[in-house]
Amino acid sequence: MAKIHVTTTINGDSTEFLCDPAESMLDALRGPLALTGAKEGCGTGDCGACSITLDGRLVCSCLMLAAEAEGHEITTIEGMAQGDHLHPLQQKFLEMAALQCGICTPGVLVAAKSLLEHNPDPSETEVRYWLAGNLCRCTGYDKIVRAVMETAADMREAAR
Amino acid sequence: MSDQNNKWIGKRTIRPDGVDKVTGRAAYAADNSMPGMIWAKVLRSPHPHAIIRGIDTSKAEALPGVKAVATAKDFVDFPIDKPVPLGIQDMRWMSRNMLAREKALFHGHPIAAVAATSQDIAAEACKLIEVDYEVLPWAVEIDDALKPDAPILFDANQFDGKPSNIAGKLEHKKGDIDAGFAEAEVVIERSFTTRPVHQGYIEPHACTVSVGADGSTTVWSSSQGQFMVRAMTSFLTGIPQSSIRAIPAEIGGGFGGKTICYLEPVAAVLSRKSGRPVKMVMSREEVMRATGPTSGSKSTVKIGAKKDGTIVAGQGVFYLQAGCFPGSPIRGAAGCSFTPYTIPNVLSTGYDVVSNRSKVAAYRAPGAPIGAYAVECVLDEIAQAIGMDPLELRLKNIAREGTKAVHGPTFPRIGFAETIEAAIKSDHYKSKLTGKFQGRGVANGWWFNAGGESSAQVNITEDGNVVVTTGHPDIGGSRASIANIAAELLGVDYNRVSVLIGDTATIGYSNLTGGSRVLFASAMVVTESAEKVIEQLKQRAAKLWGIDASAVVWDNGEARPSGQHTGNFPTLTLAEIAAKATETGGPIGAGSQQNTTGAEGGFATHICDVEVDVELGTVTVLRYTCIEDVGKAIHPSYVEGQLQGGIAQGIGWALNEEYVYDKKGRVDNPSFLDYRMPVCSDLPMLETIMVEVPNPKHPQGVRGVGEAPLVPGPAAVCNAVSNALGIRFFDLPLSPMRIVAAIDANMKQAAE
Repeated sequence: MAKIHVTTTINGDSTEFLCDPAESMLDALRGPLALTGAKEGCGTGDCGACSITLDGRLVCSCLMLAAEAEGHEITTIEGMAQGDHLHPLQQKFLEMAALQCGICTPGVLVAAKSLLEHNPDPSETEVRYWLAGNLCRCTGYDKIVRAVMETAADMREAAR
Repeated sequence: MSDQNNKWIGKRTIRPDGVDKVTGRAAYAADNSMPGMIWAKVLRSPHPHAIIRGIDTSKAEALPGVKAVATAKDFVDFPIDKPVPLGIQDMRWMSRNMLAREKALFHGHPIAAVAATSQDIAAEACKLIEVDYEVLPWAVEIDDALKPDAPILFDANQFDGKPSNIAGKLEHKKGDIDAGFAEAEVVIERSFTTRPVHQGYIEPHACTVSVGADGSTTVWSSSQGQFMVRAMTSFLTGIPQSSIRAIPAEIGGGFGGKTICYLEPVAAVLSRKSGRPVKMVMSREEVMRATGPTSGSKSTVKIGAKKDGTIVAGQGVFYLQAGCFPGSPIRGAAGCSFTPYTIPNVLSTGYDVVSNRSKVAAYRAPGAPIGAYAVECVLDEIAQAIGMDPLELRLKNIAREGTKAVHGPTFPRIGFAETIEAAIKSDHYKSKLTGKFQGRGVANGWWFNAGGESSAQVNITEDGNVVVTTGHPDIGGSRASIANIAAELLGVDYNRVSVLIGDTATIGYSNLTGGSRVLFASAMVVTESAEKVIEQLKQRAAKLWGIDASAVVWDNGEARPSGQHTGNFPTLTLAEIAAKATETGGPIGAGSQQNTTGAEGGFATHICDVEVDVELGTVTVLRYTCIEDVGKAIHPSYVEGQLQGGIAQGIGWALNEEYVYDKKGRVDNPSFLDYRMPVCSDLPMLETIMVEVPNPKHPQGVRGVGEAPLVPGPAAVCNAVSNALGIRFFDLPLSPMRIVAAIDANMKQAAE
C-alpha cells in the first residue's frame, strides 16, 4: 500500500514523514519520527499516556491518524522544555515527587500544560476533571494535583 | 541516627532519573529499537480449555516477510510431574504459560508466535497458523472448579486422593480453636467474595531480544528483576545464563505483575531462529487477558471475643483463584489476615484453586488484602456488637514486641501500637461526619516484607564524585533514596551522587524489585559498600600524610587526622583524595553482596470516609488517611507516594475493579474503558501519617513500605459504606448495582 506524504510542524520544526493510511499519529511519532516520549498505555484513548496537542488542542495521539497532521501544528512532551530550561510544571513535578514510575508523566504534563493555557487559575475539581483522562496507577493523583495547582499559582504570580 | 544531624536522609531531594522522566527521554521497554530488528506477535487460544492435537505453521512460515515461528516445541520441555522451582515461580508452569504445550488453559493463552518484518505481517501470519483443538468443558469461577463433575485442568493433581482443581493447601494453627470459641461471649461468622483485579500498570509488557550468531543474547525489557528475566529466559530456552545479558529498561509500573516473564523467552527463541533482533509489545487487551491479575476469592471468617473486647479465637478459610496454573497467594491470605493481632487460638487455612483463567501474578502484598478484607470486616461487626470503638477494639488486641505470629516468627520492636494511636489521635478520626448517608470505616493490614539477595557497587570517580550501582529496577523513586543514603554516609553533596541500575553483566545478583524490599536491601549493601569506601579513603589519606590509617577519621566528607596527629595536617576532601588515587594505590571503590535479613513486617491503618448516593448507588470517597509505621522515611515524598498509591488501588479494588467473564469463558472487559481503575476525579487528596519506629535490624531503620498500604484498603472502604447505609456488604466490588440492590432488599425487608 502506498505511503502518504505528510508535511507538518512538530514542536515548532517543520517536518515531513511518510505513513501508512491507517497509521496512528502515536505510531508515527514513536516510529519514523523517533519521538518516544508519548507512550502507548492502551491504544484506545482511555489512559492519556500518548497525549499531544494538535493546534493547541489536547488529543490522544493513538486516536488520531498520522495523515491528519498534514498542515497542522503538533506539540509533544519533547517540546515542553525550552532548551535546558524545564517548563515550570516539569520542575514542580520533580520538586513535589509527582511521579513514581514515570510512564504516565509525559501525558500528564502535556495535559496539565494544556489546562493551564486554558485556565490559569483552576480549582482542585477543575484539575481533577481535566486530568481524568490521564490514568496514573502509582501516585493516587494527590501529588500530581498539588503540583499542577502550585505551578498555576507560581505562574500567575510570575505573570503579575 | 538522629534527625537533626542528617543532611540528606529524610530530605525531599530531586530524583536522579527525574529530568529524563519529565522530558520524555527516559527509555522504557517499548522505546528501544535495534538495527535489523523485526517484530513478533502471538497467536492466542480462542477457547478457555482445549487439548492441542496439532499445530500447522507451514502457511504462516510461507508468508513473505515471516522470519520465524515458535511453538512450545521450541522450549525446553519440563514434565508436568516434576517441580522446577525458580524463585517464586515453577518452570513447569512458566514454560506452559509462555506457549501452551498439551492444552490451552484459558481464552487468550499463547499458542504460537511469529516474527516478521512488520507488525502487520506478523499479525497476518498468526491467522494462517492452523491449530487442531479438541475443545473441553471449562470452569472459570472457584465454585465451578470445585464441583464434583468439574473439568479437571491437570489429571495428575490429586487432592484427598482424587483428581482435583485444588492444587495446594496451607494451614496455620495456634492454640485450641474449639476451646477458644467456647470461651467467647460474642461470635461472628461471615462469608465473603472478592473479584480478581489487575495490577493495572500503565506500561504494557515489552521487550527486544537479540541472539547473536555466537549465541550471545541481549534482553532489553521492562521487569521487576533483570536477574529473574535472565534466569527464566535461560531455563526455558536452554541458553546458558552466562550468555544472556538482561538490561532493565525503565519500568512503567509493575505492582508485582512484572515479577514474571511473558515475552522474553519467546522473543529469544524467535531471535535465535531468525538471526534477527526481535521486538514484542503487548496490547492492553493482551495485558488484560493473559497477564496478572491477582486472585479472586471466597472466604469464611469467624471471630470470637469477650464483651470487654478481648479476642479469643479466629478462624479463616480462604479459597483463592490461581488461574490456570498452581500458585495463588494463599500464604498472604491465610498467613497475614490474623497476624496483626494477639489471638491465643487461630486456625487459618488457604486453598489454591486452578481454573480456566489467566495465571495470577503477584499484586502488592499478594493475598493479604483478601485476608484482611474478611477479618477486618468481621472485626468491625464485633466492635459494633460489643459497643466499642473499632480502633480501640483493635488496639486492645494488637501484636506487640514479643508476640508470636500465627505463621511462626516472634515480633521484634514494631510500631503498630504507635500507628493505631496516631490514627486515633488524627484530625481525621476526631472529625465528625456531616451528611445523612456518610460513613466511616477503619481497617488494619500487615505484610511480611522481604529481605533477600542484593548487590551494590560504590565507585569514586577521578573528579571526586560518587557512582552507585545497584541491581533493582527503580519502580517508584528508589534511586533518590539510595542517593540520599550514599550522600549522607560519604558526607558529600547529594548532587555529586549518581545512582544507576546495573544489568546482569555489570552488577552482582539482585533479587526482585518486590516484597517491599528494594530500599531495605539496597540500603544495606550500599551502606556496607560506602563503609568500605570510607576505609579506603582513610587509608589513602594516611598514606598521603605518612601516618597510620587508624589515626584518620572520616568526618563530613573529609579525612581528618586524629589522636596524636590532630591538627598536624589540613583535612583532605573526598575530591582531593580521589585526585591522588593513582599514586596512593589505584581506583577507589567497593562493593557488597548480601542475603539480607531482618526486613520485618509492615503495619498500616486506614481511615476512610464515604458518602453514598442512595439513588444511583455510587460511592464518593470524602476523606482518606493512611497511617503506617515506615521505620525511617529516607525520602518522605516517595514514602508518602507509596502510601497514597496503595490507598488508590485499595479504593479501586473495593469500588470499581473486577474481571467480568462472558458466557464463553472470555474476559469481557479487557480495556481501561471497561476495567475501571480510579481516575483523578474519583479521588480526594490522600492523607498520610508516617509513624517512624526504626527497624532495629536495619542500619538506617528502614521498613518496607510498598505493599502494606494496599492491605487495609478494601476492608476500610467496605466498612465505611456499611456504616453509611447500616447494611453490611460481603462481596466486592461495591458497584452501584450491588449497592442499589442491597438498599432495595433492605427497604423491602423493612416494609415486610
